[in-house]
Amino acid sequence: MKGNVYDHIFDTVKILFLLFIVAATLLPFINILAISLNDPMDTMKGGIGLLPRYFTWINYSDIFKNSIIIRATINSILRTAIAGLLHTFCTAMVAYTLTRSKFLLRIPIAMIYIFTMYIDGGLIPTFFLYRALGLVNSFHVYWIPGLTSAWNLLVIRTYIKGLPESLIESAQMEGANEFYIFMRIILPLSMPVLATIILFTAVWHWNYWWDTFIFNSSDLELTTLQYELMKKIQSANASFSGSSISDAFSMAKTQVGGSTVTPKSLRAAMTIIVSIPIIMVYPFLQRYFVHGLTIGGVKE
Amino acid sequence: MNSKTSFINRLLNQRLLLLMSVPFVIHIILFRYVPVFGWVMAFQNYKPNRPMLDQQWVGFEQFTNLFGDYQFLYALRNTLAMSAIKLVMGTIFAVLVAIMVNETKRGPFKRTVQTISYLPHFISWVVAANLVLEFLAPNGLFNDILTGIGIVDERVLWMGKPELFWWIIGWSHVWKTCGFGAIIYLAAMTGIDPQLYEAADMDGAGRLRRIWHITLPGIKPVFVILLIMNIGQLLEAGFEQQFLLKNGLVQDYAEVFTIYILRYGLQMYRYSYAAAAGIFKSVVSILLLFTANRISKKLGEETLM
Repeated sequence: MKGNVYDHIFDTVKILFLLFIVAATLLPFINILAISLNDPMDTMKGGIGLLPRYFTWINYSDIFKNSIIIRATINSILRTAIAGLLHTFCTAMVAYTLTRSKFLLRIPIAMIYIFTMYIDGGLIPTFFLYRALGLVNSFHVYWIPGLTSAWNLLVIRTYIKGLPESLIESAQMEGANEFYIFMRIILPLSMPVLATIILFTAVWHWNYWWDTFIFNSSDLELTTLQYELMKKIQSANASFSGSSISDAFSMAKTQVGGSTVTPKSLRAAMTIIVSIPIIMVYPFLQRYFVHGLTIGGVKE
Repeated sequence: MNSKTSFINRLLNQRLLLLMSVPFVIHIILFRYVPVFGWVMAFQNYKPNRPMLDQQWVGFEQFTNLFGDYQFLYALRNTLAMSAIKLVMGTIFAVLVAIMVNETKRGPFKRTVQTISYLPHFISWVVAANLVLEFLAPNGLFNDILTGIGIVDERVLWMGKPELFWWIIGWSHVWKTCGFGAIIYLAAMTGIDPQLYEAADMDGAGRLRRIWHITLPGIKPVFVILLIMNIGQLLEAGFEQQFLLKNGLVQDYAEVFTIYILRYGLQMYRYSYAAAAGIFKSVVSILLLFTANRISKKLGEETLM
């Protein structure tokens, strides 16, 4: 019966460990939510834990008075929608042609895609190419380079291969061409996998800021939400350089002219705004990704 | 001759399939293969506004300069140190979470734990970096907790301590990835034959023994594959974190390859030099991947190729 005692100890340790993981994951989120809803001057005193001390919406209302943030929000939504939908449609179309066993270029095209998973030109040559193509300081840099990708191609191809062949054959008997078959039969039947890819691609585009930083940082009209939040973090980090704790305090108070809103509270509110769409699509994503990842696990 | 014309004829018959794929193939070649040719830049003293092949060729000069630059050596050290910390701690915690979740019965508790632990994977590093900065701020929650229970007497400027920077990167990596990283191990664990556990029960093995003798060997193939792949990524992974969390005080411990290349290439206009650094990174990564794969094969374990 000795084993039973050990099992009880194990169960206790296990539950404590899992509760610790849950708490450690959630605490920073709840903390920043509390900061974002607390009076900005009061926040400077510190000690905001899990609840706001003096509740206010001012940090949020202040953000949406800022025309750059409005522009950034529109750009982020646009890039997410356009890139997510186009990427999924184009990748699915190529994936479909690669499931047609009579297609003569099937193998070479698959090889070309698979190699892209292992080669990378690097930052500088990529920058030169984009500049030559006129993608620098242009909205198009957000969706053109990532029109298709090898990874999603393999996932969609695997799914389409699992559909019954006879559907395509009978459509061909009735004279449907390949494009018609793809649009009217394959696309509707592939909705489960396509929805997953759209969601994942959209989340990726919503979160990405590196391309704004490298290619579009000199044009404020093209800015994105993540990039604006990143700039606010960078300026907070820059204030570290000379720094004692009191410096960080006094710097924070003076930055936003005329308003009582401080950079710290503004950052907190922006962090919440940037996270909200992710938290909203998250339940939909969760249903799929375990399966998606196992496909990935086999391929990798 | 005949087979050639018939090949072209057959291809022409498939013109719709061609139209549906070839434009995207040209697109991917342009965006993924053409930049690779830019590598020749690293062997030149590249000046803009002149054709690629009209440049001054300098052989391996850029590379010798690279290895003579102490900042490059710092970047190399920092990248390797942080990647190693992230690899080791990230793997340990992902496996630990997977084991603990696997040992929990299906139910609301298990579901809640999983849902919450996946969440950080989906938020951006920008958001995560701000959470980290607020959490570790002088008047932030972490200092509140530590002073509250008396572990430290005075609030600490955590982000201003160079010697801690690698570990802050490591722990924030664990925070963001351990839940999602556990999925793949959990999937491997569900593939383990339940009869093995039943047999172990009959032999009187406790929970820990079953984990040690059945669960861990069961996930070994997945573990080894992921390890090989991660070793190939030692020089690549995670510049975003360092970029977003670094500040002037921790500069020497925070700079990694991508930031180094960015600084020299796009901000100081030393294109060839930065391209050479990029090539070094790619070549070492490939060598690491092959070495890990070779060692794994020698030990009789799973291999990637």
